[in-house]
This record gives sequence, C-alpha cells and structure tokens, in this order.
Amino acid sequence: MMPDLARYAGTVIGAYAVAVGMLAVLVGLTWERSARVRRRLAEVEARMKRGTDEGA
Amino acid sequence: MSLWRYSNPAEFMRITAPALPWLWGLTAFLLGVGLGWGFFFTPDDYQQGATVKILFVHVPAALMAINAWLMMLVASLVWFIRRHHVSALAARAAAPVGATMTLVALATGAIWGEPMWGTWWAWDPRLTSFFVLFLFYLGYIALWAAVDEPDRAADLAAIVCLVGSVFALLSRYAVFFWSQGLHQGPSLSLDTRQNMDDAFWFPLVISMAGFVLLFVSLVVVRTRTEVRLRRLHALEALEARG
Repeated sequence: MMPDLARYAGTVIGAYAVAVGMLAVLVGLTWERSARVRRRLAEVEARMKRGTDEGA
Repeated sequence: MSLWRYSNPAEFMRITAPALPWLWGLTAFLLGVGLGWGFFFTPDDYQQGATVKILFVHVPAALMAINAWLMMLVASLVWFIRRHHVSALAARAAAPVGATMTLVALATGAIWGEPMWGTWWAWDPRLTSFFVLFLFYLGYIALWAAVDEPDRAADLAAIVCLVGSVFALLSRYAVFFWSQGLHQGPSLSLDTRQNMDDAFWFPLVISMAGFVLLFVSLVVVRTRTEVRLRRLHALEALEARG
C-alpha cells in the first residue's frame, strides 16, 4: 500500500505531516472556540431570560 | 431577492447552519480523495522523483493563501461601501485561515526546496512576497486584537487589507514580474498549454477543490463564532448596566 518513496521518504512524509498537522490544529482550535463561545452565549441568554421571567 | 439579505447576521446564521454538515462532509471527501490519490497513486517525476507528491499539499495551500486575502479584500470593500458587519466579521474570520495556508505553503515549499534546490530558503521573488504576505496576515490579526472599538478596528483592518493586496497580487505574479529566482513558473494556468501530465493534474484539481471547501467551511464556522461573540458582548454590556 505504501508507495516507494526511495530516498525522499522523509521529505515527502514530513511535508504531508506538517501540512495535515497544521490544518488539523486550525480545525481543532476553530471548533473548540466555536463551542466555547456558543456555551457562554447560551449561559448569558439563559441568565437574562431567568431575570426577565422573575421580573415579570 | 437581494444578495444583501445574507449580510443580516440572523439571516446569515439561519442560512449557514444547515449548510455546514454538507460543507464539512464534502471537504473531507475531496481532501481524502485528492491527497490520497496524490500520495499513494501518482508516479514519480522524471526529474524530481517522489518529491513531486508534495505538489498536492503545497500548490493548494499557496493558492488559498492568496485567495483568502482576495476574499478579505472583497469583504473589506463591502464593509467600506455598505457597512455590513457580517462582511467585516467574515474578513476577520478568514485571516487566521489564510495565515495558516501561507505558513503551510512556506513550510512545505522549504521542505521541498531542500532536496531540489539545495537550500531551505532563498530570497527569491515568489518566496519573499509570500513571506511578506504572511507578515501582513499577522499584522491584520494583531490589529483586530489591538483595537477595542469594533467598527474602528474593522476600518483600520480594512485599510491594512487594501495595502496588503499589493503583496497578495505580487505573490501570484512574482514569477512574471521577475524572471530570475529559484521558484518555477506557475504549475497551472488558464492558457491552452499543458503544464503537467493528467496523472498529476486530476488529483491536484481535486485536492485544490478540497482546500477551497476547507477554507469556506472554516470561514463560515469562524464567522458564526464572531457573530455570536458580538451578541455575547452586547448582552454582557446590557447585563452590566442592570
């Protein structure tokens, strides 16, 4: 299955590892930040809704 | 029906929510096929040997490094002219994605250059203009973070984007402006001349489509986060006022 990369195995695998690794980190950080902000917004909205309901 | 209705934050959130799973699914499929085909099933090049497989990550990343900045330019112009907040937030959301694409292009280019050119780096026109483009990305991101007032930050960042567009174009056309340098000419062009064999061309096009969709998916998620963040800050300010 693995292609014969001959003497360039380190170079080719290294380039793919660097590229895929950097993009995976970017995707991971993007999702993590998205989930964190969504959670915080839901908390504040729930808190404000409770405040409005109690005031009514 | 006007295109501008998508610049309404609520409308943008409503439209993009159901599209995201499809975008991510198609992105994963195209990247899997393009990179898998490029890595496992392409032949060696008669001059570059197996290092030609780096083409399938290097060229799409370089393409998106430039196109991300051009997308930011369009979004910045929309912000300047129409003052739509979603466009300013989309430009902000695209910057870290573009910076990462530039870094991937620079890193994979250096790894590829070492065995082919005998050096990791040279102050070649295309390499240098890409490096300057990366610095512009960092400056743009830093400017957004440094200015507290959102509209003022968007104005200043849009000006940086306009200035940086010169380098984005230079990165694209550097090989035409200056004939000297180590970097080869463009791998793909719209003219009729065949630049590469179909064995490389098909997986490269699929990989490029995957990178385009990865960029779109990331920018949509990040823009949605920026919209939520703005609402969060507004609600927190309201709460603080009692």
